[in-house]
Order: sequence, then C-alpha cells, then structure tokens
Amino acid sequence: MGALHEIAGGANGAIDCTAPAAFAAGIAARTGGKVLWCHIQPDLFEPALARSGLRENQVVFCRVADESELLDSFLEALSHGGPTAVVAELSSLKPVDSQRLQFAAEKTSTMAIALRRWRRNVDARDFGNQTSAFTRWRVTELNSEPLPVRGVGRAKWQLELMHARSGRPADFEVEACNGQGLISIPSQLADGSTEAGDGFIRAVS
Amino acid sequence: MGSSAPSREVPLVLKGSDGRRRVVSGADDLARQMGVYIGMPVAKAEALFTDLVILDGDRTADADALEKLAVWGLRHYSPLVAADPPDGLVLDIQGAAHLFGGEAGLIEDARRRLADFNISCVAALADTWGAAHALARFGRQPMQIVERDKTGDALRRLPVEALRLPPDMLPDLRLLGLDTIGELAGKPRPLLTKTFGPKLFRRIDQAFGRLNEPIEPVEAPELIRIERIFAEPIGAPETIEKYTRRLTDRMCLRLEEAGLGSRRLDLHFTRTDNRIETIFVSTAKPVRDARRLAKLLVDKIETVDPGWGVEKMVMTAAFTEPLVMKQTLASFETPARPDVEDLWDVLANRHGSDCLYRAISVATDIPERAVRRVSPTSEEVGSERNAIYRRPQRLYRKPEEIMALAVMPDHPPKAFTWRGQRYAVACADGPERVHGEWWIADREKGKVRDYFILEVDGGERFWAFRTGDGQHADTGGLKWYLHGKFE
Repeated sequence: MGALHEIAGGANGAIDCTAPAAFAAGIAARTGGKVLWCHIQPDLFEPALARSGLRENQVVFCRVADESELLDSFLEALSHGGPTAVVAELSSLKPVDSQRLQFAAEKTSTMAIALRRWRRNVDARDFGNQTSAFTRWRVTELNSEPLPVRGVGRAKWQLELMHARSGRPADFEVEACNGQGLISIPSQLADGSTEAGDGFIRAVS
Repeated sequence: MGSSAPSREVPLVLKGSDGRRRVVSGADDLARQMGVYIGMPVAKAEALFTDLVILDGDRTADADALEKLAVWGLRHYSPLVAADPPDGLVLDIQGAAHLFGGEAGLIEDARRRLADFNISCVAALADTWGAAHALARFGRQPMQIVERDKTGDALRRLPVEALRLPPDMLPDLRLLGLDTIGELAGKPRPLLTKTFGPKLFRRIDQAFGRLNEPIEPVEAPELIRIERIFAEPIGAPETIEKYTRRLTDRMCLRLEEAGLGSRRLDLHFTRTDNRIETIFVSTAKPVRDARRLAKLLVDKIETVDPGWGVEKMVMTAAFTEPLVMKQTLASFETPARPDVEDLWDVLANRHGSDCLYRAISVATDIPERAVRRVSPTSEEVGSERNAIYRRPQRLYRKPEEIMALAVMPDHPPKAFTWRGQRYAVACADGPERVHGEWWIADREKGKVRDYFILEVDGGERFWAFRTGDGQHADTGGLKWYLHGKFE
C-alpha cells in the first residue's frame, strides 16, 4: 500500500498512456478512499474511468500547468495522507524525487502511482532507469479474444512487471479492469476467476 | 427610499450647492438624455424642462453608501478595495481574479451582482488606479480591460478631465489648447508646473504608473481585525512567518468567541515606504483551525516583498461563516485518515482554485459536452450514461482526420492511416449513431456522427467516427476522424 509504483505503456502507449491509466484507475479505486488524479495534458475523458472501477464520487482531479507543479501537488497529497491513492501523469522522474515520493507514501501509507507519459517515443528510454519505486510495470495492449459475433471484446493487456523490490520480474497476460477495478486472467492461461486477479494485485501492492 | 421613490419614467435630478448657487449634482439617464448635465444651475434646469423631479442630494449619505459598497467589494472580490468618491470603487484584483475565471470573469460577476442591487456600473481594468478611473468614466465602453503595459496607449486619447485634476484647473488647460492627456503629457514640464503647481504632473505620473499610488483599503468595523505594529521594521521571512502564526492564533481565538469560521483571510503588510503588500487565502468551507490557516498563509509568504521592512501587519477575516462543529465517530480498528478538504485548500491556494475539480458526467451523447467540472467539495451526482457506455479513456480535444476506406453506409473501415502510419483493423464495433443537439447549437441540426470502436492489429483500440449517415448528403461530409483511444 504505502509505496510508489511506476506504470508506463508499451509501444505507442508511452505517448498516449491509455492502458496504464485504466490499470491505475482500477488499482486506485480499490484502495477504497478518495483518489487524487494529477495531470497536465487535457485529453483525459474522466467518465470513462468508471468502467475501470473509479467512480466519479471517489476521485478528484487536479490539472496543473507544468511538471514542477505536478510533482509538488503529488508530493503534497502524499505527505498529507488524506487520499488513499494518488495518481500522477509524469514524464520525468528523477531518483531524488522518487525517493521523496516513496518516503512520503510510506509515512502516510498512501498508494502512489506514477504514470509515466512522454511527449516522444524516444524519451521513453528513460523508463527503466534507477528510481526508488517499489514496482515498475509496463502495460501493452493486445488483441482481444475474438467474440462469437461481430464486435470488440474485453480489452486484453500484456502486463510486464519489470522490477519489484525483493521480487522477480514477471509477465502476465490479463484482461483489463472491469467495473469493480478487477483484472482477470483469461481461462486458457490459468483457472481464471476475478478472485485470481484480486489476489494477484494484492500480492504486488 | 423604498415605496416613496419616484417612478423610473420621470426624469430625476438631485440638487446640491457649489458654494454660491444651487446646481445639479446628479441626474439619471432620462434627464441626461433631455440635456441636463451635472453642474448646471438648478434654476436653468427648471426653466428649460418642466417635468423634472428635483430632490435634495445628500452627500454624506452618498459617501456612506459608497463606503458600504466598498465593504461589499472587500468581502467578495479582493482584499484591497476603497471608495473612489464621489461615484466609484477602486479594487486591486492582483491575485484575486483567478477565483472568478480570469479578469473578465470577475468584472462580469461584479456587474451581474450590482445589477441585482439595481446599480448599473461601468468597469475598467488597467495597470494603475488613475488609468482605470479615467477609462471607466471617459472610455465610452461598459467594460474595458487594458492589457498589461498598454495603459499609456489607452490613456492618450482621453480628455484631460479624466485625470482627477481640481475643477478650476480644467478651463485654463483648455484655453492653452490642451484637450487630451496625450497632448498634455508630451509638453515640457517646468513651464506647466510653474503655472499649475506640482499636482498636475503628479496625477499624470500616477495614471501612467511612474508614481506609486497605494490603495488604502476600506475599514469595515464589523469584520474581525487584528493588527500588530512593529517598533523596528521586520523583513526576514522567518520573522514574518513567526508573526503570521501569532496573528493567526489570535484570529482563531476571536473567531471562536464569535462562533465563526473563516472563508477568506487577508493579511496586509504595510511597508516602511507606505506601500501595502497583501496576501490572502480562501477555503472551500469555514475554517477555525489555527494550524491549518497558518500553513496556507505561510505558503504564500514568499510572494511578499518586504522592501526596506514591514512596520505593520493587519489580519482581517474578510469573509466568515458560522462554523458548526460535528461530532465524528472514531473507528476503533482503523485509524482515521486526515480530512481531504484540508488538502484541497492547500492545493487550490497554491495552484489556483480552478485546478481542482470533480468531473460530473452530463446526460448527453456528444463526448465534447459530456463532462462538467464542479468543485471538489460539491456533492453533485452526474448521469450514469457516459460511465456505462463504452467510452475511451483518452479523448482528443480536436478530432484528428484520418484516411479511411469503408463500405457505406454502416461498415467499419478495413484500414486507416493516421499520422502517417497505416493501421489494419482486426475487429470493430459499431456504428453508434450520435445526433447533433439542435437545441444547443443551430448548425448541428440534422448532423450525424457514426462512431466505431476499431481494434487494430497489435491490439490498440481507437474510437473513430464518420460524419454523415452515408445516405443523406446533408447529414455530414463523410469524413473520418479519430476521436479517442481505449485502454
């Protein structure tokens, strides 16, 4: 709970940061309390987060002008401890800053989620540099399971756990967060149920 | 005057005296249209127009009412408000405008509220008191905002009357052929100063911003006010912080006696050079917690320039509301988390109150209009519509045109090109038809968008739409746009 987690998108997701946002919304929603969502770019469609479990009465958004203000609000919210989870869309995360965020999150046992989002694909190489984050995730969209009829099924992701403190990296193929914020493991991979997804998230956070 | 007031259809004139004779001191719009002007002898007005209603003007009552209006401005808009007699208010809205969505928003709000009191007003915003005074009275526009550093240009065209000079000086200036401020300001100073005294160019310098003119805020006896005078001027930020905390403690005691909580707290620093620096904090709900208020104020101290030192600090609770204490039940097993409202106040005072919002979903199918932003403390509930239907997490502010080929009328494209990259569509969902809301915008009448969810090879999911229904040409131009991206 009280730790900093980094999430980024793979391929084009590094720029638009859509799947990571949905993933973060699902996790943040399940912390139970108020969630603060800090962002800079204006393209977030807030009602859609409810499909990942984050309802409109649970979340307050904070849109600021630049990266330094964003970092400041992120840190202030974490050290305050009122919200149970704080999500911030950041492009750069210096080791020193990540350390501060991690300490603040630990102290107030607030979940801190840094959504890494870059302006250009090239900058995304920054992801993977040493930070104090507890875990580092990469979410890449996969083709959904074919439906028996025409249409698009539940979104599917490849979830890479790139780094976990005192843990091993791992790969998962999962279905996106549903209205309760639960991901699920498709049945051909595991004997999947929503509870399986539940336990899995709890294991990492 | 209440029910004894004369009706609006009759021209109304107020009379006063200028020492020797009775003159008109005020006239309403109707009377002015007929040709009555201020300063006209009452006898002449009576002789020319027969149906005038003439009442005694009461200058002290006017001044009192203006003072009252200044207090109203102080509570609502800005910590630095003063009466600008005989007929104006002056507000320093530095750092206060963002609470109303910008400078234009603040002026609009003030005009609307004054209209509710049956007061019509003309407003102007400029860099200096003198310039705003001049533009409001001689600018010929009901509302005017002069951009920063453009004050000089706006002033030059105005007549010399706009400069707040003594009335007896004006005919002499006219005699010299000086009609506008621009002409006057361009003249050599020594000669004119010798003739008219130093006041002339002092007013010009004040209007152009070369000379500082502090606004002495109006005093409102009903507001709780605490001051501290320093024998030695203070300047170090730590010292200012220390005294800010002490003043806040005393303020909270006073608020407690009155059973009130503060919504806006002003802190004025009077510097040794007689300038007044002001900071203020506003909160979403009434607060009486000294630590919380002090933290908000201390956050802002860095914006105060103490100059050669601060010799007086005045703290005013500009806007207060009754504070009702609620009893909360502490849960035995989980420790309570701090109150989030406290955090909202900190962030709002730091980055502007419009940065924090709750997103309320509106019952409409047009995604651009689907979100309404409300304050974080509001309890409003939105419609479920956009939360249930499959909507993208990212919505491009401006739909981006794509090249796509599709079978008409209701098949999704097989492939499309976006930002120079070609995407093959693996599967798709749609169309979802959205009609233009003709009751909001006339040009949307009969227009149609067909939305599709497109999943491309590789897994990315997009939200695209085609304008027009594919059968009737008047429903749209059959162009394809990308409007969002799904998880």
